[in-house]
Amino acid sequence: MDDLDAIVKEFVLESRENLDQLDRDLVELEKDPTDGNTLASIFRTIHSMKGASGFLGFSKLGAIAHVGESLLSRLRDGTLIINPPITNQLLAMLDSLRKILFSIDETGAEGDSDYSALVEDLTRLQKMDPVERPPAVLPNRFPAAPGSTATQLIELEDRVIVETAVPLERAVVATDVGIVDLPPERKETPNKPSSHGNVRVDVKQLDVLMNLVGELVLARNEILQISSIREDSALSNTLQRLNFITTELQEGITKTRMQPIDNVWSKFPRMVRDLALQRGKKVRLEMEGNATELDKTLIEAIKDPLMHVVRNSIDHGLETPENRARVGKPAEGRLALRAFHEGGQVNIEISDDGAGINISEVRRKAIERGLVTSDRARLMDDQEVMKLIFLPGFSTSEKITDISGRGVGMDVVKTNIERIGGRISIHSEFGLGTTLQMRIPLTLTIMPALVVTAGGYRYAIPQVNVLELVRLEEETVVTGIEKIQNSSVYRLRGNLLPLVWLNDALRVEDRTRDTSQAGGIQVVNIIVLNADGSRFGLIVDEVDDIQEIVVKALDKRLREVSTFAGATVLGNGTVALILDVFGLALHAKVLAKARGQRAALDELPAAESFDESEKLLLFDSPDDARMAISLSFVTRLQEFPSSSIERTGSQEVVQYRGTILPLKRLATLLPERRLKPRHSKIKAETNETVQAVLYSKDGCCGALLVGRILDTVEQSAANRCPPTRKGVLSSAVIQGRVTEILDPEVICGDLVAVSHANQVAVQAKS
Amino acid sequence: MVERHQFSTFFVDGSLFGIEVKKVHEVTSIAEITPVPLAPPMVRGLINLRGRIVTAIDLRRCLQRGERSSGSRPIHLIVYTDDALASFLVDQVDDVMEVDEDTFESPPETLEGCCRELIRGTYKLNGRLLLVLDVEAVMSGISVTAPERSDGACQDVQVGRSPS
Repeated sequence: MDDLDAIVKEFVLESRENLDQLDRDLVELEKDPTDGNTLASIFRTIHSMKGASGFLGFSKLGAIAHVGESLLSRLRDGTLIINPPITNQLLAMLDSLRKILFSIDETGAEGDSDYSALVEDLTRLQKMDPVERPPAVLPNRFPAAPGSTATQLIELEDRVIVETAVPLERAVVATDVGIVDLPPERKETPNKPSSHGNVRVDVKQLDVLMNLVGELVLARNEILQISSIREDSALSNTLQRLNFITTELQEGITKTRMQPIDNVWSKFPRMVRDLALQRGKKVRLEMEGNATELDKTLIEAIKDPLMHVVRNSIDHGLETPENRARVGKPAEGRLALRAFHEGGQVNIEISDDGAGINISEVRRKAIERGLVTSDRARLMDDQEVMKLIFLPGFSTSEKITDISGRGVGMDVVKTNIERIGGRISIHSEFGLGTTLQMRIPLTLTIMPALVVTAGGYRYAIPQVNVLELVRLEEETVVTGIEKIQNSSVYRLRGNLLPLVWLNDALRVEDRTRDTSQAGGIQVVNIIVLNADGSRFGLIVDEVDDIQEIVVKALDKRLREVSTFAGATVLGNGTVALILDVFGLALHAKVLAKARGQRAALDELPAAESFDESEKLLLFDSPDDARMAISLSFVTRLQEFPSSSIERTGSQEVVQYRGTILPLKRLATLLPERRLKPRHSKIKAETNETVQAVLYSKDGCCGALLVGRILDTVEQSAANRCPPTRKGVLSSAVIQGRVTEILDPEVICGDLVAVSHANQVAVQAKS
Repeated sequence: MVERHQFSTFFVDGSLFGIEVKKVHEVTSIAEITPVPLAPPMVRGLINLRGRIVTAIDLRRCLQRGERSSGSRPIHLIVYTDDALASFLVDQVDDVMEVDEDTFESPPETLEGCCRELIRGTYKLNGRLLLVLDVEAVMSGISVTAPERSDGACQDVQVGRSPS
């Protein structure tokens, strides 16, 4: 009996996946009725479902599949051409099959619903006279049906819509409660049988593994902390391996939980088709980046918001064909979904070329609903007004339809997206269309974070928000931070960066300040953060470390403290709060203040690059000459103990993160001007460690030995003098001293062959 | 046949309190508390309970009793809330007591302010009263109503710092 149960379960699961695929295929087929392959595949799937139903004794399922198959066979033979009524019936058939499968899964029986009407309709369509081949049918267009059948078909359509509503709703409910413990759908390449290399794994099992990996990461962090106190090379070697394996394992498990966004998107063709028909609109759905992957829990979380937005676009965004014709747009509206990875986040864009959002209408509605005062609304710019759409209780649609606009609006979408650490923004041009952009983190549970100290306690800042670290020492502490009224700013490469003291923002007492103020503040650490597109500098007492942290939720009653996104356990076992950078920015009121500067910040770098200025890394050569090299060429600055320099043949090399890097000395690169005695003297002095610039260009990488790394500067190419010798691109006066700018080509030169073997590994690391 | 109930009992500022036994997860003494800035003063911070992060709530502050003397180390009474665990900081833990339902009385009218909301009632024991604490009421008391609040936060951090 158990065996049979297992077979039935497998059958239900497989059939459900097949039905989802059929949904897509039918919509495809409707667009291109001549696509014989798709038709054949639909036919095969229904045929085998019929067979399996008969074998397992599901007579209703078998009966419906049977008439469906007969109808499909006429389509396949070409004696009938697919048209919207037929598609509707076939889709209704799929919904009925789904309903029965749901019932089988729940109760083990087919349920007592009556499907004879459906069977009758399918049979009638089958008996219909071959529809005349409509001349030059455009995809998605209604073929001109003979007058007599027209009324009957419309009747059918109405009923179909009513029928489809029920099973769809139920299906959604079922997944939400988690009755289905296996993923409701799996990525399958269309027209390809599922490969033998796949194993079905219970999602719960993956969740357990993910939690365990989280614990393992914590345990590893703790051990690393302990070992850092001891000097035991055997222990640290083993730990290094443990560290490596843990990271690999974590990546592997994270990957298994990744699902393509197509799992949600694959529902859209059918949904868009049905909605468009229902609303009398013509919609062309374009999807790009279906394979973009993100964590399963995130997929689940964005499903409803995405559906809502798509529904909104069709219902309120896109106009009817008549209205579109009136404003000179093509009758068919365009709805485009785009997903792509960017900076450790997933971007999803939903855009339409519909009516767009009427800003003055939004303003009027917002005042009318009492969301803003009319005085306030007058002061708001268009972008601010646009954001009012996300307020609870806002709905611009004049008529409330059954699709959307029932008061649950964009505020719910926004809340859902923000709950998973995402951000949502909207851009719209009245009359031209609307684009909604969502930015969502890849995964929520484990992420790299910068650990800092403030007021004696540690806080973690998600690495995605960190742009750069600035450390001010001695006199620059006084000169670097300037005041505008009561707020402090720092000039970061010429742009003003608003500053926030973490101690003040969190109202915690500064343990270090009292002691340091007596002798003047020695060091200020500024962390340049990105909060929703605007930058600000966060001043902390100490910058400790970058760690992989496991995010744990705060008690739900504390979640209102918007400055924290959660908590984590650090390597030493203490709890650290994770800062919510966006919430912190709001709390410290830097966002509002920064708005004016934001435009400036965004524009300036672009203006600079126009001027062809370049970022340079400034350093002293081992013989004390000033040199610089383009920062784009530099991957990392690293200090090596002198003893770690080894030789392979005539080439000096160093080990770096398990790879061998060729070591280059300026002395050999620029041989003309070497003062040997001085050079060796310097070398003797810096006996213990050497500073090196790790570089990578066009597959060539290595380490360049320098005397002392000084600074990074931005320097306009306009002020440069021609080179004085080979290996130098140009020279310029930087910080009051003549500086030679090195030619990366020379450094690479003869190294290519040596480094070739290492390059893959190094690139993977960097 | 009188119904009997079991309570885990503990002392806060000299008064005897009780929480139903089935609501208590464990008793522990963890020294390290990480304060949560900007949270209400009742929230002393977060503790690491074998990898789980648990919110520690000071019952002295909830019940508006005075601060604990600096030398004494509070005990964590870990309780089940509706969705997670929480730690109630108490002065001292006492036995599990079994009490008769017919000795129960709802809180006296004279009980004032927040304490009234937090106490479900009293059991009259021999020579003393057992006050029954409502776990959910304590928990809802720590909800942050507005992001801007708690002037005592600064001072909390000071007090909340563990004696190390």
